[in-house]
Amino acid sequence: MTEQTIVIEVMRYRPEQDQEPWPQRFTVPYSDDMSVLQGLQYIKDYLDESLSFRWSCRMAICGSCGMMVDGIPKLACKTFLRDYPGQVRIEALHHFPIERDLVVVLDDFMEKLERIQPYIIPKEPRALSEGEHLQTPAQLDLYAQFSSCINCLLCYAACPQYGLNSDFLGPGAIALLHRYNQDSRDGASQLRMQLIGAEEGVFNCTAVGYCSEVCPKQVDPANAVNLNKTQSAKDYFLRFVKPKGSCQ
Amino acid sequence: MNQRRPYVRPMTGWWKKNPYFVEYMVHEGSALFVALYAIVLLVGVLCLMSGPAAWNGWLAALASPLSVLLHLIILAMVGYHSYTWFKIMPRTLPPVIIAGRRLSARCITTSGLAAVAFCSVALWLLAWGCA
Repeated sequence: MTEQTIVIEVMRYRPEQDQEPWPQRFTVPYSDDMSVLQGLQYIKDYLDESLSFRWSCRMAICGSCGMMVDGIPKLACKTFLRDYPGQVRIEALHHFPIERDLVVVLDDFMEKLERIQPYIIPKEPRALSEGEHLQTPAQLDLYAQFSSCINCLLCYAACPQYGLNSDFLGPGAIALLHRYNQDSRDGASQLRMQLIGAEEGVFNCTAVGYCSEVCPKQVDPANAVNLNKTQSAKDYFLRFVKPKGSCQ
Repeated sequence: MNQRRPYVRPMTGWWKKNPYFVEYMVHEGSALFVALYAIVLLVGVLCLMSGPAAWNGWLAALASPLSVLLHLIILAMVGYHSYTWFKIMPRTLPPVIIAGRRLSARCITTSGLAAVAFCSVALWLLAWGCA
């Protein structure tokens, strides 16, 4: 039986010698169970050891191997060569600066992630002796899907608004922000609301919705962003009808 | 020596590179036809304010073949806009829980489209009755 092969076209960018990305074609033997990531590993092991790309877990949980596969943001470990008969084109994730080959600069997202304070900030300090925070299944259900985010950034590569204006907090960070705001154990919604309503907040989103389509973990960032548009509008207008202070 | 030189790709023509973005742009573009029809109606109201001659002139203009063609185009575009608007509606709503179960995205879209169909037929019957 002859071995089947596929042409993997990779957009290369080596900052020390290239002015801009350029396509390099590799012919790679493959079997039906080989992922795009395994195809790239074959290139690195046998054809060109200088090819750079990020990867780690190989099972769609670390979020490292996000890249454009035939123009669509995908996790390379969760995408199979068999689905691209003949040829497949691989490029670094859209909307991020390219560091080298398929590696993008993540600094902007890391800074945003830090800004949304993605951790539970309790309403009141609680001593360890008071025991655990209790939560009902209904309370869990409010944020459960948003907690599945693995920070793979496919949603950013799917968001033209982020591509046009990288100040935008973006779908992933807002989905995570929403995850903590919706958690009954958290008390920092008002603090995070400043980011939601800011210039770079939710109103940058024009509801393209592609972020939710490409998410490999079935998170719905578009939903998080749009729910927070309502929250932000309520936060702005309700201040006019709220009592200004208590009279004691 | 630091050889870092991150390459920023241009966004020129971004919406032509993915069918999903093309559909989004058509959806956004179809909103212009919704605005156009609002202008047609607004002109009608202004003509009504100006007296019977202007009003009859507006009615006559509406009956012209060019106007009928324009209205057919507007109808198609408004229909497309409504369809795509309700298609993304589940992404904009908080979880709708009925009898302890979350309403599916398909159910929300179908209900929205059914509401559009009902209102359109009701309005048409009302206008037909008045004519």
